[in-house]
Amino acid sequence: MPLDPGFWALQALNALQLSMLLFLLSIGLTVIFGLMHFVNLAHGSLYALGAYVAAALATVGGYWTGFFLAPVAVAGMGILLYSGLIRRMRKSGPMAQVLVTFGLIFALLDLTRIIWGDIALAIEVPSLLAGRVSLFGIDYPVYRLFIIALGFAIFAALALVLKRTQIGAMIRAGVDNDAMAACLGINVERLFFIVFCVGCALAGLAGAVAAPLLSVTPDMGLQILIPTLIVIVIGGLGSLQGAIAGSLIFGFVQTFGAVLAPQLASVLIYALLAAVLVIRPMGLFPAKG
Amino acid sequence: MLDLTSVASGYGETQVLHGLSLRAEQGRVLAVLGRNGAGKSTTLKTIMGLLPTRDGTITLDGQPMGKTPYDIARMGIAYVPETRDIFPSLSVRENLEITARRFGDKDSPWTMARVLDLFPRLGERMDNGGTQLSGGEQQMLAIARALLMNPRLLILDEPTEGLAPIIVKLIHDKLMDLKREGLSMILVEQNFGFATSLADDVVVVSKGQVVWTGSADAIRADEDAQHKWLGV
Ligand SMILES: Nc1ncnc2c1ncn2[C@@H]1O[C@H](COP(=O)(O)OP(=O)(O)OP(=O)(O)O)[C@@H](O)[C@H]1O
Ligand SMILES: [Mg+2]
Repeated sequence: MPLDPGFWALQALNALQLSMLLFLLSIGLTVIFGLMHFVNLAHGSLYALGAYVAAALATVGGYWTGFFLAPVAVAGMGILLYSGLIRRMRKSGPMAQVLVTFGLIFALLDLTRIIWGDIALAIEVPSLLAGRVSLFGIDYPVYRLFIIALGFAIFAALALVLKRTQIGAMIRAGVDNDAMAACLGINVERLFFIVFCVGCALAGLAGAVAAPLLSVTPDMGLQILIPTLIVIVIGGLGSLQGAIAGSLIFGFVQTFGAVLAPQLASVLIYALLAAVLVIRPMGLFPAKG
Repeated sequence: MLDLTSVASGYGETQVLHGLSLRAEQGRVLAVLGRNGAGKSTTLKTIMGLLPTRDGTITLDGQPMGKTPYDIARMGIAYVPETRDIFPSLSVRENLEITARRFGDKDSPWTMARVLDLFPRLGERMDNGGTQLSGGEQQMLAIARALLMNPRLLILDEPTEGLAPIIVKLIHDKLMDLKREGLSMILVEQNFGFATSLADDVVVVSKGQVVWTGSADAIRADEDAQHKWLGV
């Protein structure tokens, strides 16, 4: 195996790109959980929906139409789910939430099957981001660099909103102590709704940017669910730092594991998860310290 | 202004309040006294909507009280809980802004400048994390945060618990200032001297019911009641 610098650069970039996709998915899920202790297992299905909508829109309006409208469409689905289902289940305890949102995975899976069929869809990388660039002595696809940059940009924007704005302070207060936040006149339910919609939009965005890299299939939501859950458990619930740290750890362990120790690759991340749970049961950066 | 009539409330299966009735008057301070576990904090949590009222009614100026803590806060009731509940992820400034931005403008009675005038110590700690404060400072912050809601009624649960005597004195003087300005308050306290020197009216709670009602002077004079209900 040629372990030259190019190899490391290539794998590191691949790891970063996987990390950023996972970050877009896990940030919504973790903050929704931190704020309202609500488990939405169908979060991955919203990612799949985003990929389908993006693929469908790309065939009529080109890649960028899908890129911008898929998050909006998925947020719209989020509003439907919230008003039809989730708002009624807010007080019904984790068991009922897990069962219902798990069921929702299959409902959404069949919905995509009915609309788009069982055949994998493929979409083209937009011409603006096609091709490769030379970087660290390797040729790397521009589109993958775009995903890395997009992930960091979203991270920076969310960090800014959470740390510097009034709504960010309200979200942090709600994650710390939702009952006290409500006693101080914060409409925690509306805050939850906003965070839920933003989380859905980011899941849709993740699906849209992932679509040209993988074939878009109905079960892609189910496949991404376990990695996303591992990310938020490693990172610690409810926090932005946790989501980014967990995503980076998962991305690097997964990518380097697969090339350096292919026999161990599938157990490596679970071993790491177990280690984190033993040493820091609340994860690395839980919102509630 | 605030009336509880035969209120029943509790936690899950356990009922704690058994038909509790009391009234807090406009512009006056009501002290709620009672032994450990009598149901004082439970009464305040029920007023705030943190626990559901299972029976009986709560009204504010004759209007039924809101159902959720958010509605109740919006009706002008500010709450300083036993545990103070400063948000650890927020700085002192952010803890204050959380209410200042939502309930105040420059013409409101309580502004950021005015609460910092009341508690100058907080002004020196504005950029500290909420949990880097001492117990006394956390209590000041919790009161300041509540005042920035420009409330009609301020509810305090054991504001002196665990504080050094000098801080207790300071909190006492500040609450006395608020009382002189005519702010309506409900004060739950274990510290009998502290409570009765601030209060106009007193109710004593035992086993989830009000067992004694009267003025602060009356309970100070009534050693039997003190002995029987408070173990003073
Ligand atoms: N979260 C809870 N779950 C179940 N029971 C509780 C809970 N909190 C309090 N209780 C019970 O309710 C009763 C009244 O408690 P409460 O906190 O109202 O007492 P208190 O009068 O405020 O006492 P203290 O002076 O110790 O603060 C006690 O018997 C207590 O054990
Ligand atoms: Mg108490």
